[in-house]
Amino acid sequence: MQYRCLQQVRNDLFAGNITMEQLVADYLLRIQSQAHLHAFLEVFEHDAIEQARQLDRRIHNGENTGRLAGMVIGIKDNISIKNKAVTASSRILQGYQSIYHATAIERLLAEDAIIVGRLNCDEFAMGSSNENSSLGPTLNPIDERCVPGGSSGGSAAAVAANLCLAALGSDTGGSIRQPAAFCGVVGLKPTYGRISRYGLLAYGSSFDQIGPLTHTVEDAALLLEIMAGKDAKDATSSSRPVPSSTLASQPLPHSKFGVPLDVLNNPNLQPDVKKALDDVIEHLKSQGHTVQTVSFPYLDYLVPTYYILSTAEASSNLSRYDGIHYGYRSPHAQTLDEVYKKSRSEGFGKEVKRRIMLGTFVLSSGYYDAYYTKAQRVRRLIRNATLDIFQQVDFILQPTTPGTAFRFGQRSDDPVRMYLEDIFTVQANLAGVPAISVPYGMDTQNLPIGIQVMSNDFTEASLLQAASLLESFNV
Amino acid sequence: MTDIEFDNYEVVVGLEVHAQLLTLSKAYSSDAASYGASPNTLVSPVSLGLPGTLPVFNQKVLEFAVKLGIALQCDIRHENRFARKNYFYADLPKGYQITQDDTPICYNGFVTIKDEEGREKKINLERIHMEEDAGKSMHDQDPFDSLIDLNRAGVPLIEIVSKPELRSAKEAYNYLTEIRKIVRYLDICDGNMEEGSLRCDANISVRKKGDTSLGKKVEVKNMNSIRNVQRAIEFETKRQIQEIKNGQVIHQETRSFDALNGSTIPMRSKEMAHDYRYFTEPDLPPVFVNTDYIAKVKSSMPPLPSQLFLKYTQHLGLSDYDAAVITESKQDAMFFEQMLIHTQNVKAAANWMMVHIKSYLNELGISILDFPLQPKQIAEIIHAIDHGMISQTAGTQSIFPALINNPTSDVKQLAAQLDLLQQSDEDALSLLIDQVLSALPDDVARYRDGKKGLLGMFMGEVMKASKGKADPKITNQLLRNKLDLKP
Repeated sequence: MQYRCLQQVRNDLFAGNITMEQLVADYLLRIQSQAHLHAFLEVFEHDAIEQARQLDRRIHNGENTGRLAGMVIGIKDNISIKNKAVTASSRILQGYQSIYHATAIERLLAEDAIIVGRLNCDEFAMGSSNENSSLGPTLNPIDERCVPGGSSGGSAAAVAANLCLAALGSDTGGSIRQPAAFCGVVGLKPTYGRISRYGLLAYGSSFDQIGPLTHTVEDAALLLEIMAGKDAKDATSSSRPVPSSTLASQPLPHSKFGVPLDVLNNPNLQPDVKKALDDVIEHLKSQGHTVQTVSFPYLDYLVPTYYILSTAEASSNLSRYDGIHYGYRSPHAQTLDEVYKKSRSEGFGKEVKRRIMLGTFVLSSGYYDAYYTKAQRVRRLIRNATLDIFQQVDFILQPTTPGTAFRFGQRSDDPVRMYLEDIFTVQANLAGVPAISVPYGMDTQNLPIGIQVMSNDFTEASLLQAASLLESFNV
Repeated sequence: MTDIEFDNYEVVVGLEVHAQLLTLSKAYSSDAASYGASPNTLVSPVSLGLPGTLPVFNQKVLEFAVKLGIALQCDIRHENRFARKNYFYADLPKGYQITQDDTPICYNGFVTIKDEEGREKKINLERIHMEEDAGKSMHDQDPFDSLIDLNRAGVPLIEIVSKPELRSAKEAYNYLTEIRKIVRYLDICDGNMEEGSLRCDANISVRKKGDTSLGKKVEVKNMNSIRNVQRAIEFETKRQIQEIKNGQVIHQETRSFDALNGSTIPMRSKEMAHDYRYFTEPDLPPVFVNTDYIAKVKSSMPPLPSQLFLKYTQHLGLSDYDAAVITESKQDAMFFEQMLIHTQNVKAAANWMMVHIKSYLNELGISILDFPLQPKQIAEIIHAIDHGMISQTAGTQSIFPALINNPTSDVKQLAAQLDLLQQSDEDALSLLIDQVLSALPDDVARYRDGKKGLLGMFMGEVMKASKGKADPKITNQLLRNKLDLKP
């Protein structure tokens, strides 16, 4: 039996129809049989079975168990798990083990989730196709000739292929939502500050958010509730109260949806995707919601602004991988300078080096104001314009991506074209607002289409209601 | 080259002082910040710079920086942002240092020092900002490898940057001495340059006297005492003038001070200077300082040396010299303040502080913190002397050392034990004097014939007879009465 949501698992588990150990063994078997997808970088067979047995004992003894008892979850390989390797799919972190849990992991474990392994991703979460993993890409389980999206490609593929019930990803410019769309699963990027970043290997610190990838909106809501909330270890985490996940299953009151005109008119928008969006709009209208066009004049500035600011932060965030303290050190280095140069040259992949170079350039004296300072100003404009839209409508509705999953190698030679893959997703990161990708139908090649809903800061409760509604349009 | 040629030039110095703060924990993590622990024992995932870790600002650092800002009459910034200063070094685990760039916590402000002639001079400050320390690289512990100790990584620092307004090595010496005194008074830094908890880099340039533009500056590092800062500036002044005299051009560069021969040697040129790529630290939200906060900090501050100096000279009648000596160190001044709670005799208290207590401390090479007596006990000795209970000599020569040997006993008790209580009972003294006088009839006659100088001799005899315990004042009076009384 392949489960699609935690409630099904828990029904069977607490009815005694299945044990946790059987469930985990089932997932492990599937992981093994689907190993060619290369979704997992490491599977924690022993730990997972051991944890399952303990949980079974506790259930058997009638002890209290956590709200995630029954949840078998995979973790993107850029989130730290105590005593486990974490490499961000990079050679530079070869041999490194975390000595602490990320806060999100701690909160999952406290509710009895079982972590089944580390999931493949683009190196340091930089990429939209998973082709930048130093350990080789993950295949899209829907069509193995296609990329699973990125950077949380392993997470999306693992959930889509039922290798785990849910997965954690991280989203800096769309890295949860785009692969969720490509693999036909739900992917949620919470408001910046909603979930602690402590333990997440930083890429663009002012953009990064951890979030869940699941089959259902309901499970995404539950995982959000459990991971969210102030963390003393992350000064940017918000102390706003965390809404109950049960709110997500309540019906959405009549709401206003705004579709940006520039998105509808975007020349790269694939006809099948446009059609899916039109369908969703019709469904919404038929249920009494208002859908109107809105104007967002900065669409063309999103990707350049995002790439200037995120790479600037990345160039600094990735400085700690210097071959001195941990991870890969070049065996060819003789001097301190060579340790830096050779370890980093050999340890980082091409795309990561490209972004470090770009980020270093935009921060260097002489170019700083023209790029970094200006991009910061544009970011403020983008945020203000986004918040203005939320004065007119409750939600922004648009496709998650212009097209569906592309073939391996199709875009990897053209970084700018690859960057444009993020055109519909980076707005939420630049503005800091929450966004979710919900699968809606297939294109003519039977590849999943993702529809994205964005809402105002810290309004995840209504965002998830809207997402549940969209989910219900799939029949 | 003659001195006169040197006299045509002046040196211009600006100092950057780093003060390591005495907070219990580090600037952006909860691990302990203390000196002298075994290498790499005061570390956490955060100070090790492990992947995924994040800084959390220690509010105590803000409090200390604001204290210093208030003490130096600075303006305190309302909105403080942190910045990253990016560079690679083996003891910098994150590859960047968290500091402040364009929003330093304190700006304006000044330090009052003495110039070469001893006149007061204001040295204006450029800024004071908060940042974190790096770890320590050790190149001499292992024959093959450099070793890194990250205990110091993340320890909070404040950097105090002066404007280039110092005009001699001596002024720089005085400036640093003043800064050290103030941070010690505020209890925010132990001021120990040898251990590196107070560090100083000097920006030094020379120019023809009367020139208004600045010469090319040379930054000198690695001076581990205030005296060495002075020596480095003296050396650089001569070197730079000599270079110019020889027709050379001074290049902007960084030099290192060599304490062994008192010279500076090149470290790196401007071309090799880092581009630190400062940008706002995205992991830390801005820190806001409002006037209530500043007022609260201000009310918790100890008195400053300048305030005490004013109090001692203007209100308590001490000389400038005495007041300066007593306020030199906070511990001394605090001891003195405590004495003043227990005695009105300010002059005597100052004298005890500067003479008797000082020489005891100097003899043992200890500080007032290790002095075994309480301020109240010294006040009691002063009281006993003032009230004629014991003589000045008995107080300083006998009671003081005896009390030090037995700090739990009290002055009166000791005086009795040591038989030092003065004879001030007039009847008993009168009897004693009669005995002495009757034994010296010839001298009495000569005195009465006009040899008044013999009074001292009679005093001495009475003292001898009383074994030194006769109250000199009463004895003197009684003697005069008896001698001047015609038989």
